[in-house]
Amino acid sequence: MPGLGATYGRGGATGFQQDLVNADCIVIEGSNMAECHPVGFQWVMEAKARGAKVIHVDPRFTRTSAVADTHVPLRAGTDIAFLGGLISYVLENELDFRDYVLAYTNASSLVGEDFQDTEDLDGLFSGWDPESSSYDKTSWQFEGAHEPSATGTDEIDPVAPDAGKVGSPATDPTLQHPRSVYQVLKRHFARYTPEMVGDICGVEPEVFLDVARAVTANSGRDRTTAWVYSVGWTHHTVGVQYIRTAGILQALLGNMGRPGGGILALRGHASIQGSTDIPTLYNLLPGYLAMPHAGEHSSLDEYCKVGDEMVGFWGGTRAYMVSLLKAWFGDAATAENDYCFDLLPKINGDHGSYRQVADMIQGKIPGYFLVGENPAVGHANGKMQRLGLANLDWLVVRDLQMIESATFWKTAPEIETGELVTDQIGTEVFFMPAATHTEKEGTFTNTQRLLQWHRQAIEPPDDARSDLWFYFHLGRILRDRLKDSTDPRDRGLQALTWDYPTHGPLVEPSAEAVLREINGVGPDGKALSSYTELKDDGTTTAGCWIYTGVYADEVNQSDRRKPGREQNWVAPEWGWAWPANRRTLYNRASADPEGKPWSERKAYVWWDEETQRWTGHDVPDFEATKPPSYRPEPGAKGPDGISGADAFIMQNDGKAWLFAPSGLADGPLPTHYEPDESPVPNALYRQQANPGREVIEAAWNRSNPPTSDVYPYVFTTYRLTEHHTAGGMSRTLPYLAELQPEFFVEVSPELADERGLENAGWATLVSARTAIEARVLVTERMRPLKMGRGQVVHQIGIPYHWGEQGISTGDSGNDLFGVVMDPNVHIQESKVATCDIQPGRRPRGPALVELVESYRQRAGVKSGLVPVGGRSPVEETNMTGEEKGQTHTTQSAPDHVAEAQP
Amino acid sequence: MSQFSSASPAFTGHDPENRLYGPLPDVTGEAGYEPDHPARVGFFTDTSVCIGCKACEVACKEWNTLPMDDADGTRDALGLSGMSYDNTGMLGANSWRHVAFVEQSRSVDLPMPSMGVPAAPDQGVGSAGGCGGSCGSESPAHGNADGTTIDQHSVLNAQALSSFDPQTAQSGDREIRWLMSSDVCKHCTHAGCLDVCPTGALFRTEFGTVVVQDDICNGCGYCVPACPYGVIDQRKGDGRVFKCTMCYDRLTDGLQPACATACPTQSIQFGDLDELQARADARLATLTEQGVTTARLYGRDTDDGVGGAGAFFLLLDEPEVYGLPPDPVVTTRDLPSMWRHAAGAAAMLVGVALSGFLGRRR
Amino acid sequence: MATVKTWLDSWPVFRQLTGPDPLGRGHAARSKRTEAVTSRTATADRVVKSICPYCAVGCGQRVFVKDEQIVQIEGDPDSPVSRGRLCPKGSASKQLVTSPTRVTTVKYRRPYGTEWEDLALDEAMEMIADRVLAAREKGWQELDGDQRVNRTMGLASLGGATLDNEENYLMKKLYSAMGAIQIENQARI
Repeated sequence: MPGLGATYGRGGATGFQQDLVNADCIVIEGSNMAECHPVGFQWVMEAKARGAKVIHVDPRFTRTSAVADTHVPLRAGTDIAFLGGLISYVLENELDFRDYVLAYTNASSLVGEDFQDTEDLDGLFSGWDPESSSYDKTSWQFEGAHEPSATGTDEIDPVAPDAGKVGSPATDPTLQHPRSVYQVLKRHFARYTPEMVGDICGVEPEVFLDVARAVTANSGRDRTTAWVYSVGWTHHTVGVQYIRTAGILQALLGNMGRPGGGILALRGHASIQGSTDIPTLYNLLPGYLAMPHAGEHSSLDEYCKVGDEMVGFWGGTRAYMVSLLKAWFGDAATAENDYCFDLLPKINGDHGSYRQVADMIQGKIPGYFLVGENPAVGHANGKMQRLGLANLDWLVVRDLQMIESATFWKTAPEIETGELVTDQIGTEVFFMPAATHTEKEGTFTNTQRLLQWHRQAIEPPDDARSDLWFYFHLGRILRDRLKDSTDPRDRGLQALTWDYPTHGPLVEPSAEAVLREINGVGPDGKALSSYTELKDDGTTTAGCWIYTGVYADEVNQSDRRKPGREQNWVAPEWGWAWPANRRTLYNRASADPEGKPWSERKAYVWWDEETQRWTGHDVPDFEATKPPSYRPEPGAKGPDGISGADAFIMQNDGKAWLFAPSGLADGPLPTHYEPDESPVPNALYRQQANPGREVIEAAWNRSNPPTSDVYPYVFTTYRLTEHHTAGGMSRTLPYLAELQPEFFVEVSPELADERGLENAGWATLVSARTAIEARVLVTERMRPLKMGRGQVVHQIGIPYHWGEQGISTGDSGNDLFGVVMDPNVHIQESKVATCDIQPGRRPRGPALVELVESYRQRAGVKSGLVPVGGRSPVEETNMTGEEKGQTHTTQSAPDHVAEAQP
Repeated sequence: MSQFSSASPAFTGHDPENRLYGPLPDVTGEAGYEPDHPARVGFFTDTSVCIGCKACEVACKEWNTLPMDDADGTRDALGLSGMSYDNTGMLGANSWRHVAFVEQSRSVDLPMPSMGVPAAPDQGVGSAGGCGGSCGSESPAHGNADGTTIDQHSVLNAQALSSFDPQTAQSGDREIRWLMSSDVCKHCTHAGCLDVCPTGALFRTEFGTVVVQDDICNGCGYCVPACPYGVIDQRKGDGRVFKCTMCYDRLTDGLQPACATACPTQSIQFGDLDELQARADARLATLTEQGVTTARLYGRDTDDGVGGAGAFFLLLDEPEVYGLPPDPVVTTRDLPSMWRHAAGAAAMLVGVALSGFLGRRR
Repeated sequence: MATVKTWLDSWPVFRQLTGPDPLGRGHAARSKRTEAVTSRTATADRVVKSICPYCAVGCGQRVFVKDEQIVQIEGDPDSPVSRGRLCPKGSASKQLVTSPTRVTTVKYRRPYGTEWEDLALDEAMEMIADRVLAAREKGWQELDGDQRVNRTMGLASLGGATLDNEENYLMKKLYSAMGAIQIENQARI
């Protein structure tokens, strides 16, 4: 997550689940932890039993709220306002942990004179270019310095390669300078008062203040507050900035790197952290190295230019990259040929999943692999997904069950409406049965960066095979086909190291051999123990540098299973966590600049004068023998440039970034924007929504206009404990299917009255994309919220697990969403949008299409009709940020929105 | 002949050993096990920490290979119940654990009355200097706008309890409570089902639990109305009765029952009954001290109508709210007097020998 | 006589009348099957340590195998993360393996087809390899504008986040080597 990465240097969860017991206060926001991570939630319950206060901030009252001390209902899509309010409360009352802030954050740095804030420009930062809908970040730089982004991820920062400007920023340790980050931050959030939070979020000021008091009273030298989030924060057009806001708050409160503190990002899949660490993502190489970018990275030197100049551990970029190339291309990779850098394909834009699907619909992508993923149900705008699948040449689906993405050609809702016709769909489909987790071995990386090896229990049945088997043998066949080719484009496959040992009757490749390659070896051919051993001269290999150490001493460290009860509470000998088996990141910050614990109660890692080493309960996230008194020579680079008193060792300046001069596409500070679809005008700025958000304009992806009375209600989607994501692993299991046997939506009694909905009856929900039907649960756990000017907003809760396959079936909640994305990570806004709801079942067949079109017409939205087969083009848009963002020019005024109930 | 077993005390006209009613310290020994039999075990279900995840339901079904609640097992026949998140409905032949969901709410005025606590028991439990629940409530306490103090007696009175009552979360200007409770067979000290079973299919195990032997049960169904909780149930298409065995097979191997093993928050605790009772008493005391005046134990009292339950509960509201009978009484309590009136003929038939045995045993 | 005695012993009523359980509610009522009861975890051939495949909590699992079939999956009390506990999904995970609707053979739908057909695994692999090479060729870009990109736009891949790290690694490595860049994962979603 760049939100965490841009702030602290790494994108992973900063702590671990068990450490929640040490918290004095836990704020769960953007997460429904009790329902979606029930077993991890035992640590929250234990903290609570020890006296911690548990606060749940969420649009809905959930099973998490039920056992929290306080539930704060807020309008979906307004967390930046809520968190910004907390930041303002901290700054206005000077409740920040000042010693920590001065030592470990960039609060004292001076922002350049050219910077203008959203407060000055009515919702835009300086540098906005309406032509390209993006920011020129030059004016965001610090006085006297230029900060390359430490995220090393995501967007290629067009100014970052100008490393010559890297230097020390001017600072004011008194924090009084008007351009100091502290003061800039204070001004930026000054209008985020409790009353404004009330107007935007629908949270009563007293309730907000109660949270503010709890959080600040439980932060500081002796106490820590932990924040827990999940996709309730990431699935927004400003998702990265949500996390940034929490990052700023936790840094101000001094909660980072300390026991019971931190920001616990709760991932929703067994190895979703692993899927970004070793990414199957278009813009990343393993270990958050950027995928080479056409034009900017035409050589290895160009690729490493920024890293070579950097202070901190990104200074090792060249060693990490060369070691990766050696792991992939082996002996073929030499200093002379840039270690085969040229064989890597180059990116030059957004090639993310939704762009791909848009291209598929237009017939531009012939072949598609779906490997344990069910986008026809699990992704926003299911119709767009299904139209994409229907316009491929061929599709390979690897799964355990006949998921909707495999059977779309005969079961898609569009077959019923006539938008797709089975015998006119040319997609050739291969269903390849997969092995379950018990039928193969390998590592999952859990939510706390912990790699855990799962051993194989039995052989997979019939044709079922592991994905490791599939890709190994596919690669083997392809390499065999091309072994005599002289075409330069085949050199990559020919040079690839692909000689993994195999075993058993199925000729299964060795997962341990792959893990060992990921770990890497040294010149002696032995497994390396740490990424600090990696060299840029081609003598070391590492398939993923942050995982180096997982095979230290030729032992599969991820398979360590020393019982937790036989270890200290950090349990360092269970599995292996990246980096370097550190369980809490930035834990240098658990000690003061001199290396002493901030307090006895919160001691975690400290400097031992006697042994001249860092020591404590965890592996120090710091060079073990670098004393607190160490100060770098001027011009020192890499780790040597990090002072002994700095805790954020991945950052170019060693500090947590309250203000982020680079690394983010949509602003150096988070600011409240309304969701793309919202019934509420932005109370703060004329700029309604994130100006940089990405839209795909097409008949199959229409947006509901903001403040539209045709789509007057907010809806949000979520999971239930009893199901898993798109349902392929739960709706097909009898014992789970029967626990939540039908698709339902949750509404308040007030909304039920307003629309004539009955408990357990049917309702039809309509957006500019489609209409779906669901059973209704009328519950006071859903409640209308009162915004500024008395506007009442009703919210509808929609669990999204269902589709037409499996034991338990139903319409798919994600079909209601359109695709609008965060500009940093191209993640869709699928936690908030608008819709209408009416009693009764939806129309069948073509009448469904007519209903949805009639809604679009009433709302002034362009036609969404597609020809049979769905091949409607992406339309050219010349929308500027202003046009994209502003409501005041659109048709509906807020008083069209449902009025307050008496 | 064996049906006489349940009614045999009738022939003495009284039951001084409390074999059918009243406290019975050694239910296992009374059932004929040697004095060195294992300690009586049970469940303590602490609903105040239940998160309603239904792991217990699934773990139970998985271990006991229970059928899905429909006929053919491929498509669910039940559908959405419309009762909060409860689609199981009740305990039955195929559902030996059932999580009840109870939604409650009421309005309050804002600004909120004091969230502070009457006393200040905010040191938490065994905390290393824990803040307790009131760290966030350090503003001076203030009463209601009209100066009245806060009523502490309503079950829904969350103002004063919200910091402490684990199931009474403050939600804006509304107090909402979502009670969750995993119900199960109570494994009564005086088990009506067992007492009326004519075939000996139901029996008391060496652990003091009550189990149906499906190789004996003939599906007569006498036990079904005999259960004061409505737990035991005949399986459709099979006819025999099924219910929680407290995982008897696992107990024989020293394992915990499947539900308690899975339970993420230790809402379901398994153990020796006397230890559980002590633990429950302590938990109740803690909650009471914290001001959760609505907390109570259910099934804990050995003087109750079933002689105390082997599976008992900490509830946060009246039992009826959870669908539990408020004052369950073993249906065979009155057997002795009933039998006194009807005993003559029966005694003539078989009474002599039987009374002889009983007399000798005394 | 001994035979009669044994026969009598197995008659519950006899046990009831002669033993310490005169009400026949406990010891005397035990059936043969009850006397022989044991847990299927105790009779398993082996226990294999695993990790739950659902959410990212990463609960430890113990997988019990008997006659090469999984007979039980439950929590691993050794795990410091989960301490032996499992949620309903983790508790149901055996059904991932045994689900009645699981598909374990290759299925093929030809272009414009209306039904699934069977296909041999080896044949499917060769057919997929054919198509990968053709799609790669069709979408190959040496240059995009004047920028050298050295890639194919003819292929896309979307992985779930239940893939093992080792699997993701082979995928990224193989795709990159063949020039495919449109490689995505649930992590984006």
